[in-house]
Amino acid sequence: MSTTDDVYAGSSETSDGRVFTVSGQDWDEIAAGLSEEGGDAAERVVVNMGPQHPSTHGVLRLILELEGETVTEARCGIGYLHTGIEKNMEYRSWVQGVTFCTRMDYLSPFYNEMTYVLGAERLLDIEDDIPEKAQVMRVLLMELNRISSHLVAIATGGMEIGALTVMTIGFRERELVLDLFELITGLRMNHAFIRPGGVAQDLPPGALDEIRSFVALMKKRLPEYAALCNANPIFKRRLEDVGVLDLEGCLALGLTGPVLRSTGYPWDLRKTQPYSGYETYDFDVQTWDTCDSYGRFRIRLNEMWESLRIIEQAADRLARLEGAPVMVADKKIAWPSQLAIGSDGMGNSLDHIRHIMGESMEALIHHFKLVTEGFRVPAGQAYVPVESPRGELGAHVVSDGGTRPFRAHFRDPSFNNLQAMGVMSEGSMIADVIVAIASIDPVMGGVDR
Amino acid sequence: MTDDDKDQKGGTEKPGKVVPEEARDEPSRRAPDQPAVEQSPENIPAHLVGGEPTAEVRVVGERRGMFGVTGTGDTSGYGGLVTPVVLPGAAQRPYGGWFDTVADALDPLIEQVVIHRGEITFHVGRDNLLRVAELLRDDPGLRFEFCAGVSGVHYPGDTGRELHAVYSFLSMTYNRRIRVEVSVPDADPHLPSITPLYPANDWHERETYDMFGLVFDGHPALTRILMPDDWPGHPQRKDYPLGGIPVEYKGGTIPPPDQRRSYT
Repeated sequence: MSTTDDVYAGSSETSDGRVFTVSGQDWDEIAAGLSEEGGDAAERVVVNMGPQHPSTHGVLRLILELEGETVTEARCGIGYLHTGIEKNMEYRSWVQGVTFCTRMDYLSPFYNEMTYVLGAERLLDIEDDIPEKAQVMRVLLMELNRISSHLVAIATGGMEIGALTVMTIGFRERELVLDLFELITGLRMNHAFIRPGGVAQDLPPGALDEIRSFVALMKKRLPEYAALCNANPIFKRRLEDVGVLDLEGCLALGLTGPVLRSTGYPWDLRKTQPYSGYETYDFDVQTWDTCDSYGRFRIRLNEMWESLRIIEQAADRLARLEGAPVMVADKKIAWPSQLAIGSDGMGNSLDHIRHIMGESMEALIHHFKLVTEGFRVPAGQAYVPVESPRGELGAHVVSDGGTRPFRAHFRDPSFNNLQAMGVMSEGSMIADVIVAIASIDPVMGGVDR
Repeated sequence: MTDDDKDQKGGTEKPGKVVPEEARDEPSRRAPDQPAVEQSPENIPAHLVGGEPTAEVRVVGERRGMFGVTGTGDTSGYGGLVTPVVLPGAAQRPYGGWFDTVADALDPLIEQVVIHRGEITFHVGRDNLLRVAELLRDDPGLRFEFCAGVSGVHYPGDTGRELHAVYSFLSMTYNRRIRVEVSVPDADPHLPSITPLYPANDWHERETYDMFGLVFDGHPALTRILMPDDWPGHPQRKDYPLGGIPVEYKGGTIPPPDQRRSYT
């Protein structure tokens, strides 16, 4: 029952009133159409923003009720990126599960792996047996990951308010971190590098030099962000007092991470419930006291400096740990297959292949059993959260004593924090909704899983 | 099923054929806390080693065979082995440290306390859940300000309490973390919503409803959140049918993951 002939920007009558399809810059028709209706309908417009919208961080659908340019009610529609990762993990071995969960929050893959692996290690009761070098490498990778994730948060947040330089320099630096990831793990994203029992590989030669030169470069580059944004009047006017959520609101809605710390509360699981040896590193928890988007931006900026401090300390420790094991000594858990970098990239270690195929029948059987069947994890459940760039990320892992997770549920901070979108943006301008969401920094891969 | 398979199944009922009678001390046929006749200490499950035998062992299913392989010819001789799936049993007082403080405050409302790998789980009946959540939030000696959401688990073998809702609570004041578990039967999957007490649980409960069909009574708008609104079934349940990938190669198709040959 279309009232106009334009297929792309028409309007139609439904049982809930007239629905306009808008593809941009054709508001005249809506204004004319609404004034015909008169009464309440002329004042109140419900706008679907997304799911495909450049400013909604992926496939997030916002349902905004507007009065003029003021948002009176805001809701989220999610689930567009649901891929059933948790269900898939129930049909793979415990080690294969890492490959799945790393793909959830694609901007912080190491944290997904870490919380899952920590849960598995707690159920296996090998938490104290993880080699020191593996723990240091995990910390190193996680902090590099925090920098790359915060850079994307700042870059896309800047882009959404028109600060395109912030975006280009943000992605420029992120590329450096991804290069380091590629050097160490072989992949830029979705690494599956942290495994139950340790990490998949030792550091390649020359990695520490690359890390040190990256830290030196970042120390020159990070002040650029401060110079561009910190006191920039346009930037401050867009961010200050926008997306406000105080401490009570944060706790009631379960918000963690930079949003919680922007209320001045120094809650950081790396300090309060340390894992992987974080208690032995020297760093400070960054807080701000404005409860707004600007405070969250400053926290992210400062946290990158703290991450650099941790990376430097980790690099010093790794220099001392050359040749140390990176996988638990228990051969019933440690992944038998070794990888090596050959002329055509990362592949099987020829030494390992020679050993299992030519020298030891038992080694071949052991390799086959552990790779195809996997190891058994004692029955029970565990929840070991980590402080991801977005807040508390935890995996509730349940084992029934078999070789596969009976259930793996991820409490993703993006999923939880997005609940605060309505509180943060109701009553504000429609442009501020974008800033509020950017300050939460949701990653839809983690929200929908 | 092929005739070969039937033969193998039949073989399991005549244990003398494969394994001597004495060796076939199937754990499911004796009381769970009674040790097997010739069991060496290494073979006893972790929860039974050291200290008192637990008061109640929770058997939530059984596993057949030695290697978890089904639907294939049994060449190992272990195909008839049946082992119970046993979750960690109830802990005895004293629990140690602050575990007792929290347990004292919640005492009459708790069904069972399980301590495993340093994490404490309070099993609570659904009638007491709201009262427990209220105490956890408001009691000045507990102060669990933060609820990290609810996760569902479906144990088809846990008869009468198949669906479990697992809540993780965190006290930032005292830096404590506990788990609260509520079990409800499949036939009546209702439990109260704690969203009015912990608004953070809004989406988490919707997700658990979406994935498991647990109905949180009192939730302001219990609708699907990740799956489409008109989706049939609850995908994370163990009895949810999985689709196969219709790949055809020389007449063969790939079965769904739960029907593939695999190790469990």
